[in-house]
Amino acid sequence: MRLMIEGLKRISEYKWEMPVGFKEGMRVPGTVFADEELIEAASRDRALEQVANVAMLPGIVSASMAMPDIHWGYGFPIGGVAAFGRDGVVSPGGVGFDISCGVRLVRSDLREEDVRPGLRDLLAVMAADIPRGLGMGGKIDAPQRLLRKVFTGGARAVIELGYGREGDLEHTEKRGVYEGADPDRVSKRVYERGGNQLGTLGSGNHFVEVQVVEELFLPDVAGAFGLEEGQVTVMIHSGSRGAGHQVCTDYLKVMDRVVNRLGMELPDRQLACAPLDSPEAADYMAALACAANYALANRQALMHWVRRSFERHFSSPEETLGMDLVYDVSHNTARMETHLVDGEPTSLCVHRKGATASFPPGHPELPPAYSKIGQPVIIPGDMGTASYVLVGAETAMRESFGSTCHGAGRTMSRSKARKSIRGRELRERLEAEGILVMAGKDSLLAEEAPEAYKDVSRVVNVCEGAGLSRKVARLRPMAVLKG
Amino acid sequence: MARFKTVEHTADIGIEVEADNLEELFEGAALGMLSIIVDPSSDIGRGIEVEVSLEAGDIEGLLFEWLNELLFIMDARGVLLSVFQVDGINDLHLEATVRGERIRQGEDRLMTEVKAATFHQLVVEKRGTWFARVIFDV
Repeated sequence: MRLMIEGLKRISEYKWEMPVGFKEGMRVPGTVFADEELIEAASRDRALEQVANVAMLPGIVSASMAMPDIHWGYGFPIGGVAAFGRDGVVSPGGVGFDISCGVRLVRSDLREEDVRPGLRDLLAVMAADIPRGLGMGGKIDAPQRLLRKVFTGGARAVIELGYGREGDLEHTEKRGVYEGADPDRVSKRVYERGGNQLGTLGSGNHFVEVQVVEELFLPDVAGAFGLEEGQVTVMIHSGSRGAGHQVCTDYLKVMDRVVNRLGMELPDRQLACAPLDSPEAADYMAALACAANYALANRQALMHWVRRSFERHFSSPEETLGMDLVYDVSHNTARMETHLVDGEPTSLCVHRKGATASFPPGHPELPPAYSKIGQPVIIPGDMGTASYVLVGAETAMRESFGSTCHGAGRTMSRSKARKSIRGRELRERLEAEGILVMAGKDSLLAEEAPEAYKDVSRVVNVCEGAGLSRKVARLRPMAVLKG
Repeated sequence: MARFKTVEHTADIGIEVEADNLEELFEGAALGMLSIIVDPSSDIGRGIEVEVSLEAGDIEGLLFEWLNELLFIMDARGVLLSVFQVDGINDLHLEATVRGERIRQGEDRLMTEVKAATFHQLVVEKRGTWFARVIFDV
C-alpha cells in the first residue's frame, strides 16, 4: 500500500516534498526527511503546517526542512532546519527558549562488568554530586563578573575555574565558545536568572545517563572517537537554563515590535523575526551567543561533577579511568555558516530547532582530531531503548545545510503519558531490564517513558538512508539520572 | 471566577481559560500555568508579596508579558507563587499583586518546569465571556 498524504509528494524513499502551493504564502517548498511511518506520525499533529509556515519567512533559501524526528513545536516544528541569506531574517522562535540545548558524550576505559556491580551506588554518588530538578540552585556562585566571562568565554570560562581540562575544548563544538557574544546585549534579568543555575541539569527531558556501547556500525570511525564495544560511556543532556529562556523571551518581544514596525505578515506570532542586516538581529545574535556559551559552560561543569562522581566511586583519578570528552553538540541554534547556494559559497544564518549539525570530513569547523573522520553527532534516545553516535556525511551539506536529527522525537503528549503510564511501574520495568532510573518524582518519569517517544533506531536509520549522517555506535542505557 | 483546562500538545502543554472579565481571565491563566508547575495537592504559603506592573502593545502581548513575568519571579527570585490578584487592566496596562513563599532546596511540590509562555496560537478574545489560550514551552 502506498501512503498518500494530501499535498505531499514523495521524492525518494526518505524524502518528501511539500510544494509551494501546500499553504498560501510559502516562498520555498518544504522538505521532510522521513519514511512512511514517520511522515504519517508528522501528519497527525500540526508539524507539517509548521514546516509550511517557516517556508513563508523572508529570505529563506532552498526549502523549509524537517528531520525525521519532526513533531509539533511552537513556531518552528521540532526537527526544523531553515537557512536564510542576506535578505533573510533571524527568528528567536527558530532556536527556541532552551538556547543551545545539547548533548555531550564522555567515554571511559571502564567495561560494563566493572560498573554493573556497584551501579546503584554510582548512581547515588552522581545524584548527590549533580544539582538537578526544579528549584535546585547550582554549586557555582556566579556573580555578574563571572557571568560576563561565561557569556563570552563559554566552556573555557569554567575550565579556568578548574571544571575540566584544557583538552576538553578540542572536543567541543566551536571549541567551546561561540564567537560574537556581547554581554551587554543581554538584559539584567538574564544575569539574575543565570546567577545560581550554572552547572545545573534542570528537569524535563534533561538527564545524565551511564551507558554501554552495545554495537558498532563503523568500527574505524568509532575507534577514532575513542569508542569500543562493551565500554561504558556517560551522556549529558542539558541547556542554557533560565538565562537562555530569558534571552529568548526578551528578544521575542523585540522581534515582535520589528514585525509590527515593518508590517510583516506572519502565519504565527512565535515566528517573530528581524532582517539579518538590522540592529535588532545583530543584538539577538550577540545575546544568542551569550546564552549558547552559558550552555556550553553548563555542560562542562556537569561533566566535571560526573568525573568527580566516578573518581569517588572508583577511587581513581578520572584521567586513569580514561574519561575523555568525545564531543559536545547543540541542537537548538542559529549560526552563520557557509554553504553552497547555486554553486557559490554563501553565508547563511542556519536555524536548527531540534536538529544537529552533521559536518562531513574536511569541514573547517571540525577539530583536528576529527577533521579526517567527520563530526561526531550525539543522538539521545529514550531511557529504555538506546542512544546513538553518528558521524556527519557529505550528502548532508547538499541536502540539509549540514544537518541531521537530534533525538527520537516525542510521539505522545506529556499529560497522555502521565495518564497511561504509571511511573513506579515504569521504573520497576526498566530495572528488570537492567536499567536503573533515579528521578525526582515517579509521576514525572512517566512523561519520559520509552512509549512517549518515536523509535530512535528508525529515526537514525532514515537519516542514514537519506544520507544526512551515518551510524557509528549504539549505546544502551544502564543508569539514568533524570532532571 | 475563571475556569481553566490544560490542552494537549505533542511536546509541550497549553491551557484554555474562560472568565467573565479580563482581570479574572489573567488570574485564571496564572492559576492554569501554576497547575502545570506545582503538584495540585500542594499547600503554598503567601508570606511574600510582589507588586507587578506591566504594559504591552496588545492584549495577547500583555498576557505573554504577565505569564513570563510570573515565571521570572519564580525562577530568578525563588518565590513559589500561589495567589494572583489582578487589580486592574486598563489601556493595556496591568497592575497586580502576587503572593507566595520561598522555594526550598530539594522542593518536592514542583512538578514541571515551564520555560516560557509562547506566542504560538496565543489567543485572548471575547466570546460572550472572555477566552484565552496559551501554549507553554516545557
